[in-house]
Amino acid sequence: MPLLEVEHIHTYYGHIHALKGVSLTVEKGEIVTLIGGNGAGKTTTLRTISGMLKPREGRVKLNDEDLGKFKANEIVYKGIAMVPEGRGVFARLTVKENLEMGAFSLKSREQLNRNMERIFSLFPRLRDRRSQIAGTLSGGEQQMLATGRALMASPNILLMDEPSMGLAPVLVELIFDTIQQINKEGVTILLVEQNALMALGIAHRGYVMQTGEIVLNDSAEKLRTNSMIQKAYLGME
Amino acid sequence: MLRTWRQRITATDIVIWTIGIAIAVMVVYGSAKTLALGKYTTETWIDLAITGLALGGVYALIALGYTLVYGILRMINFAHSEVFMSGPFTAAFAADALVRLGWWNRFPVLSLLIVLAISAGVSALIAILVERIAYRPLRNAPRLVPLITAIGASFFLQYTFRGLYGSGLKGYPEMDIFKGFWMIAGIRVFKTQAAAIIGAIILMLILYAIVQRTKMGKAMRSVSEDKEVAALMGIDVNRTIATTFALGGAAAGLAGILYLLLFPVAHFYMGFFPGLKAFTAAVLGGIGNVPGAFLGAMVLGLLESVGPSLFLDGLGIPAAYQLKDAIAFTILVFILIFRPSGILGERLTQAKA
Ligand SMILES: Nc1ncnc2c1ncn2[C@@H]1O[C@H](COP(=O)(O)OP(=O)(O)O)[C@@H](O)[C@H]1O
Ligand SMILES: [Mg+2]
Repeated sequence: MPLLEVEHIHTYYGHIHALKGVSLTVEKGEIVTLIGGNGAGKTTTLRTISGMLKPREGRVKLNDEDLGKFKANEIVYKGIAMVPEGRGVFARLTVKENLEMGAFSLKSREQLNRNMERIFSLFPRLRDRRSQIAGTLSGGEQQMLATGRALMASPNILLMDEPSMGLAPVLVELIFDTIQQINKEGVTILLVEQNALMALGIAHRGYVMQTGEIVLNDSAEKLRTNSMIQKAYLGME
Repeated sequence: MLRTWRQRITATDIVIWTIGIAIAVMVVYGSAKTLALGKYTTETWIDLAITGLALGGVYALIALGYTLVYGILRMINFAHSEVFMSGPFTAAFAADALVRLGWWNRFPVLSLLIVLAISAGVSALIAILVERIAYRPLRNAPRLVPLITAIGASFFLQYTFRGLYGSGLKGYPEMDIFKGFWMIAGIRVFKTQAAAIIGAIILMLILYAIVQRTKMGKAMRSVSEDKEVAALMGIDVNRTIATTFALGGAAAGLAGILYLLLFPVAHFYMGFFPGLKAFTAAVLGGIGNVPGAFLGAMVLGLLESVGPSLFLDGLGIPAAYQLKDAIAFTILVFILIFRPSGILGERLTQAKA
């Protein structure tokens, strides 16, 4: 049984039919990437999984439990955390307060402290800046903070929406290294990226999305060598 | 460069600036003249200042409700005046009951805690109901719509409480422990005023600590920044908004008891002026900003009590004290024109970018 199962979801914005029967699965322990061009529906897929949008048809299941009846804030308690597109750090809160908010769903203070220690060792820069107002961090630091904040909830699965967006290549490397590291520590990851080359480099499997539909899915290795992918997303001829 | 400047200055700007400068000149000239005349003693000035600080403390607690709600919904809760009225008006009846029981002066601390709890509880409850009924269903409506329901809710509450408790004035019994005054360093301080100042400062510190330090307070600040992301943290946005109204309501209810210490009469219309003053204070300090609300309220309280005698007496205006309300609203109009962000506030458009 997959950890996360998305079954034929159709999601709308008013009359706009953004997702047209999207299905995907993520097994426990995997890094799965969802790639595709701008406007393909990647963000909408993540927003539907996290409960911010409700599908008109289809289901999202976590550990075989239908999440349809839960609101976004309740789904966090089920073990899904998300790093939203554009990071969404709370700009007026301090770094530490942002991380505490990530742990909002936790019951125990000890676990919160333990998770914060772990995030500080993952991103030492956040420790140095823990009393700083998050709005004053650089883009890379904000991405670290948004990632750390999502990890504070001790999620079973982490949804990441374009973590590489707007970052210098060195920082993209750093973020992707961290993704691999937290995956090794047992966190399952669904990674949305436009940077297909990087994403396929660390993922086990991938789905390719176009105009609201999954058009291809395969192991990351096969997708990397697929000629259509190479043309469309990897910039190779 | 020069031309663009000239194009930007309109006739309205010139009129407003002229009025502004005229008022500033009058204030300076009036103050100098008053002081030169030496009509008032130092003690009188200190008396007035203490009165101002006591008033300011009450305004600060009410202003907190405006500021918290604005912070989280970017909306002025114009029914907050009535949220403020509901608590002390109810508590005045509870105080009567305590007097009849003979507890009022026998157990003053307990009695005080009871009326504070009732006042805070009723105001918090009314605040929650206003949010639930008048604002939540319209959360995604254009900004003008909740403003209209706010005014509707305001009238509804005034007339509901008038229906419940009558349209007359309800006296609030004096407590023996607050009778008289203390002499502190040769200055006469009424016990009621001292209680209002100290009470307001302690309560503001507690409320500020709740907003800054508690999990609930941090959740409130997160929701005020980004409701969607807050939900992704597991925060129940609706419940957090309701809590914000409750906290602001409770603060207003507590302010109501301090207000009754200073002016021991409750009535269904009692919320109007303190509400509008507290709103002015919140805007003056920078709406959305809790320390700003405190600062704005103290400044307004002082201006209102010291101002008329200081600015206006020297100009030979008779019964200057009657003009204290005019001072508050002149200030409101001028901040809205010249510095909408208030003393401590940042410009919201910039802060959000
Ligand atoms: N808030 C919205 N309102 C209306 N349409 C939207 C909204 N957000 C996204 N869309 C549309 O849905 C489609 C999918 O968008 P999105 O999921 O953001 O794509 P991606 O993340 O792959 O770039 C696009 O056509 C986009 O224009
Ligand atoms: Mg997107």
